[in-house]
Amino acid sequence: MATIVQGTPEAVAEPVDYLNVSHTWKSWLFTTDHKRIAVLYLISITLMFVLGGAAAVAFRINLLSPEGVFSAETYNRLFSMHGIIMVFFFLVPSIPATLANFLIPIMIGAKDLAFPRINLLSWYIYVVGALFAIYAVVRGGVDTGWTFYAPFSSTYSNSYVLAAAFGVFIAGFSSILTGLNFIVTVHKMRAPGMTWSRLPLFVWSNYATGLIQVLGTPVLAITMLLLAFERIAHVGIFDPNIGGDPILFQHLFWFYSHPAVYIMILPGMGVISEIISCFSRKRVFGYNFVAFSSMAIAVLSFVVWGHHMFITGESMYSSIAFSILSFLVAVPSAIKVFNWTATMYKGSISFDTPMLYAFGFIGLFTIGGLTGLFLATLATDVATHGTYFVVAHFHYVMVGGMVMAYMGGLHFWWPKITGRMYSEAWSKFSALLVFVGFNLTFFPQFILGYLGMPRRYHNYPPEFQTLNVLSTAGASVLGLGYLLPIIYFLHSLKYGARAGNNPWGAAGLEWQIQSPPTTFNFDETPVVTEEAYNYGPVEEIVG
Amino acid sequence: MTQHIDSVKAYVGVFIALIILTFTTVYVSQLELGEFHIIVALLIAFIKASLVAWIFMGVRHSSKMTRLFVVAGLLWLGIMMLITFGDYTTRIWDYTPQPWSQKPTVGGVH
Amino acid sequence: MAETIVPVGHEPVGHEPPPEVTHLRHHFATTEQQLDASMLGMWTFLITEVLFFGGMFTAYAVYRFMYPAAFASTSVYMDVWLGGINTAVLICSSLTMAMAVRSAQLSRERPLVLFLILTMIFGTIFLVIKYIEWHSKWVEHLVPGFNFQYNEAPQYTHHAQILFFLYFCMTGMHALHMIVGLGLLTYLLIQAIRKVFTAYYFTPVEMIGLYWHFVDIVWIFLFPLLYLIGYHHPK
Ligand SMILES: [Cu+2]
Repeated sequence: MATIVQGTPEAVAEPVDYLNVSHTWKSWLFTTDHKRIAVLYLISITLMFVLGGAAAVAFRINLLSPEGVFSAETYNRLFSMHGIIMVFFFLVPSIPATLANFLIPIMIGAKDLAFPRINLLSWYIYVVGALFAIYAVVRGGVDTGWTFYAPFSSTYSNSYVLAAAFGVFIAGFSSILTGLNFIVTVHKMRAPGMTWSRLPLFVWSNYATGLIQVLGTPVLAITMLLLAFERIAHVGIFDPNIGGDPILFQHLFWFYSHPAVYIMILPGMGVISEIISCFSRKRVFGYNFVAFSSMAIAVLSFVVWGHHMFITGESMYSSIAFSILSFLVAVPSAIKVFNWTATMYKGSISFDTPMLYAFGFIGLFTIGGLTGLFLATLATDVATHGTYFVVAHFHYVMVGGMVMAYMGGLHFWWPKITGRMYSEAWSKFSALLVFVGFNLTFFPQFILGYLGMPRRYHNYPPEFQTLNVLSTAGASVLGLGYLLPIIYFLHSLKYGARAGNNPWGAAGLEWQIQSPPTTFNFDETPVVTEEAYNYGPVEEIVG
Repeated sequence: MTQHIDSVKAYVGVFIALIILTFTTVYVSQLELGEFHIIVALLIAFIKASLVAWIFMGVRHSSKMTRLFVVAGLLWLGIMMLITFGDYTTRIWDYTPQPWSQKPTVGGVH
Repeated sequence: MAETIVPVGHEPVGHEPPPEVTHLRHHFATTEQQLDASMLGMWTFLITEVLFFGGMFTAYAVYRFMYPAAFASTSVYMDVWLGGINTAVLICSSLTMAMAVRSAQLSRERPLVLFLILTMIFGTIFLVIKYIEWHSKWVEHLVPGFNFQYNEAPQYTHHAQILFFLYFCMTGMHALHMIVGLGLLTYLLIQAIRKVFTAYYFTPVEMIGLYWHFVDIVWIFLFPLLYLIGYHHPK
């Protein structure tokens, strides 16, 4: 598996790596090392995930009884904060800012991202945005939902819309800078011999994500800005009383926010390609198709946004076009799912924890994707829009898909990031908990939505109670499944076994270097001579 | 590292062209062109913008990749406007439900 | 200062100082790679700017499509003279900016400083004229959300208010970009006086030049859209 030519690794007892090179606060807060910035991001988004998760726990408790536990206002603020934090402060930065930030330079054989200081700047911007969001929570929350629909958000809401919207506005710039950095890095920083057709699919999918971030996020920024002007000064741009059109807000918002769904899921798809290939010991089937399907998704994602607006005053003809285009975007996603399945065919499959998450991803993402087609169908959407069916659909994609991939990726690269191995038994157990808990939480919501239970209400008719209780029970299992990794990952930092450079016997440049890597990743710039995933015929695992 | 250095003549030429086009667009706006008014104004603006990009910003010496990026940016702006307008220009939908016995009417018949 | 506009953080520990002249940073292999990366990064940034302004242009287009008569009625308040002069001022500043980049390419230090100063002067003139315009709008009670009264054609009060909001929003965002640009030019000027830029290293001049021209292009579209609407309509 000699995919690179490089200098002999240092044979020192305690090798210097990016973690132990310096221990001061300053060396972390002013670092320009992409690996350290990835770790900073990892810590911050985990905190935000816990915060968003806590809101979810609270409103799931509320839904245990048909009358609800909290007041309607409190409930509205809980689900809004859950949505805003999870979407803008966890899902969007999750894989790009952590795993991809850490891995892209290494995977393409570079010393760092193209713009290391901009990378650090993006983390600071993220933190400032997050602080605004947290400020909104502390002052009393937001009740607009994560979509900030005008004119409710601009005129009628009595909550801290401005602080939250401003947080989203700021966090958007951190996302733009990350995307810009990835695009330029992939274009200009590849090692000799690392051609586009040799790029790992993880890099391809994050490149496509970068394009969406760069092209979409500025529109979110201006939308939030217009909303802020409207709320502060009542200028009327989204106010139907004076001829403003609230649907224009939705157009601008979804021009970003539909592609944003792919900002969240595409990096996850990249992770899954890496994991499936490694634990099947085979090259990804149809590499070119998987790579180009990422690009196709990036492009198509920008022409389907109107499927969120079928029941607004959007033109019927426009809706028909959006419906058809939304079906089209399912094609590249399906290509990926088929190719992953084909990769496993006749592979030498091992069932390590990352692979368990990958299995979970494929199944749950498929359900999430296919129910998306129900919602893209005009007539079906009229009935299911605004019900729990939609909630279940996007949680199957976002949590069942994206978070599964994120967890899988963390378990896959944890030994590389920290140099330590986590507990195998505990990690498999928690993967199981996540899978069971997830399905128990969200499958009942498909049925609830089908039966007509609307989303975003703090109470419901008594006949829906059984399914809601099931869902809450599932949520507690799911919560435990997310809590355990935090514990055993932290435990592994001190007590975990040394992982070695390549614990999985995986191909790829990141596994050829020391774990954890040194500050500049490579002693000498590697020269790439082989395609990605060069596993050859099924062979024994090299330790 | 190869640098292309444009002549002062080229820069001044573009400058003069831009000034002339500015006068033209003001002049043309005073003519009675009806619907074409906006088209002409945007066309002139587009020519001016292209001149700035092509000469001042050096797109004419830039790599294919840079040009692709420029075109992609404009294309995406086009996508946003075109598809949004797909909605606004076709919103009129005067469908009036009718009893079974009558034919449904579509398109403004009440 | 090779690739970033806002300098943040320090060099990594144990990092050797970059070559004095080329300012090559440690993670790049060659100066060409560094230059290419910076330029591609700048163009990518400009694309985000296109879409940022694009959101406002889309809103403008939608409302102009919905309320053409109301939009045309605002033309009496739009000062074509001031708008036109500002267009010319910006074109002048673009020329001097292009000449500044050219001077840097040729390692001509004094012309570089001179053209940078000229660019800044034109930029400042633009902002002063902009201020005069905004001030007169304020006096005429045309600022939505603060003192909007539309006496010209009362039946259009509401719809004209949307146009005036867009006018302030678009020209305001543009002016904000100008102010940022002036800040960047100040930075360039200081560096130029220190004789940092040579034919081997002038990436910041070139990048900020691109930014400046881009801001010019935005104005090139704003001018006809905001100032020349319905100019031909008889009052
Ligand atoms: Cu969507």
